[in-house]
Amino acid sequence: MADMQYSFPDAQGHFGPYGGVFVAETLMPALAELLAAYEASRTDPAFIAEFEHELKHYVGRPSPIYHARRLSERLGGAQILLKREDLNHTGAHKVNNCIGQALLARRMGKPRVIAETGAGQHGVASATVAARYGFECVVYMGSEDVKRQAANVYRMKLLGATVVPVASGSKTLKDALNEAMRDWVTNVSNTFYIIGTVAGPHPYPAMVRDFQTVIGKECLVQMPEIFGRQPDAVIACVGGGSNAMGIFHPYIPHEAVRLIGVEAAGEGIATGRHAAPLTANAKVGVLHGNRTYLMQDENGQVIETHSISAGLDYPGVGPEHAWLKDCGRVEYVAATDDEALDAFHTLCRFEGIIPALESAHAVAHAMKIAPALGRDKLLLVNLSGRGDKDIHTVSERSGIRF
Amino acid sequence: MSRIQLVFQHLQAAGRKALIPFITAGDPDGEATVPLMQALVAGGADIIELGVPFSDPMADGPTIQRASERALAGGMSLVRVLDAVRVFRAGDAVTPVVLMGYANPIEAMGQAAFVAAARDAGVDGALVVDYPPEECADFTARMRAAGLDQIFLLAPTSSEQRFRDVARAGSGYIYYVSLKGVTGAANLDFEEIGRRLPRIRAAVGMPVGVGFGIRDAESARKIGAFADAVVIGSRIIEEIETSPRARAVANVETFVRGIRAALDESVGAKA
Repeated sequence: MADMQYSFPDAQGHFGPYGGVFVAETLMPALAELLAAYEASRTDPAFIAEFEHELKHYVGRPSPIYHARRLSERLGGAQILLKREDLNHTGAHKVNNCIGQALLARRMGKPRVIAETGAGQHGVASATVAARYGFECVVYMGSEDVKRQAANVYRMKLLGATVVPVASGSKTLKDALNEAMRDWVTNVSNTFYIIGTVAGPHPYPAMVRDFQTVIGKECLVQMPEIFGRQPDAVIACVGGGSNAMGIFHPYIPHEAVRLIGVEAAGEGIATGRHAAPLTANAKVGVLHGNRTYLMQDENGQVIETHSISAGLDYPGVGPEHAWLKDCGRVEYVAATDDEALDAFHTLCRFEGIIPALESAHAVAHAMKIAPALGRDKLLLVNLSGRGDKDIHTVSERSGIRF
Repeated sequence: MSRIQLVFQHLQAAGRKALIPFITAGDPDGEATVPLMQALVAGGADIIELGVPFSDPMADGPTIQRASERALAGGMSLVRVLDAVRVFRAGDAVTPVVLMGYANPIEAMGQAAFVAAARDAGVDGALVVDYPPEECADFTARMRAAGLDQIFLLAPTSSEQRFRDVARAGSGYIYYVSLKGVTGAANLDFEEIGRRLPRIRAAVGMPVGVGFGIRDAESARKIGAFADAVVIGSRIIEEIETSPRARAVANVETFVRGIRAALDESVGAKA
């Protein structure tokens, strides 16, 4: 039952004390232009119809919900249900948002799109839609990640994108974002910046969320059809947090449904080598255009994060997650590299599904809590992406080279 | 009247333009900062913009990014920047110092604590790149109450309405970003700047400085023809980068003196 009022952000893009528009002056008019275009589009029946058409015929939606019976049996408790975003075209939830932003870019008459990427999933999805709609595409990627994700780099090039390695700072996702911002500020008149997660300045956190809520809206319909009711809990991994916002947001008014976000605990929260600002109660700060929980040192310098999964290796988190943590509507926990790897192998061996290492964090938490719950309980896990991109990382951990 | 306003008043009376050089505190190392600030003054600086290094300098080009990385590697922090200003101020009571940087180091210290510490250290103003007026009303009020100027940016993309909004929040001077891009870029359109500046000056009612992309005597002279102040940053950082450590301070002073001469000459030629 929908029994809770929730309407965030406010007109200035604030989720309580979080979010906002913390950017240099040059970008303020571009963000105002984007907001106006988005506001006009989101209620335009023609825009919505085209978005839905693309999701159905190009992405392959709706994605199924799959009952992982063997895994559930093995755990001996709650039933594990997987929302199969890994079956989308390009292999992850990222494409939902890229389609939405590409349609917006076309509407705004921008011939060039740019994107940042960590693991490469958002980069591949951006390069894909750029090819689909005929945009020039430049993807910024930390030079460390370029090395870790060579196959995705080649994939983007096949799709016609230019991949620019970023060698500044920690050479990972946050630095790719910095460089994309610099490109945008330089080419602001002809360029649309496709941000891949629910972070960045307003309206990105709300806009990316809205495009991703197709995940949760489908679940609201599918769950009663397949299982006769809504789940007891929804579980999703959180880096920037777009797959989590996409599945959580439609469930926020359904107070009986527990919402659980799983961050990357890396080598363990206590070691400090992690990427879990919410779970570790990091100090609030300002980065990449918004105010949020942020991993930083005592002088306000952003610190390097650690996760086996490049897509979760980010020091901040979407501002709406910060707000949902403070409100208590979503519980935030973390899974370590080892727990995620264990979940990765388990899903491979017991369900014939190779999950993305990001998504394996959510599976790991489900595996942790399921045994203590009754067999009639339903845990809906967002399987946000497939793990083909991660086989090198996993094989290296196992000492296997090929 | 603030130290910054006083500087502009004197310059205006003398028919001269302000020269505002930028360096990053802690670059090439912490010991160099105060001697470099003194060299800027000796070379003819009217106001000093002192960069507070940040791990993620999104609005800066590669040159100032490298300066930030060197400074952070040497342990520079906002607290130590303020220490450097205090030492500089003990020997120079007149040259205004404006801190330039990003929001997060200030937020980590706490806005109120920062404003108090900055005033005590002898800072005159702050330019926080990722604090547009609508996101920092409390900070602006605190700065104003402490008698400090908050400098805001305007850009080639800014509307006339924006000129007025930013002018309402800011004081001291307005920093006009001369190009679409990051610091140190080299695609200045002098004609466009010349068209925009009179409209901005009319709308904001305070001095307007121009920065981003000014690299030499020639570009400084051209900008000086229509701006109240010329800001020059990346080119000075390059001077520090390419000089042997022992020569860096002297080379920066020589470079700034050259810009100063060009700026004064252009005004003299016009008069």
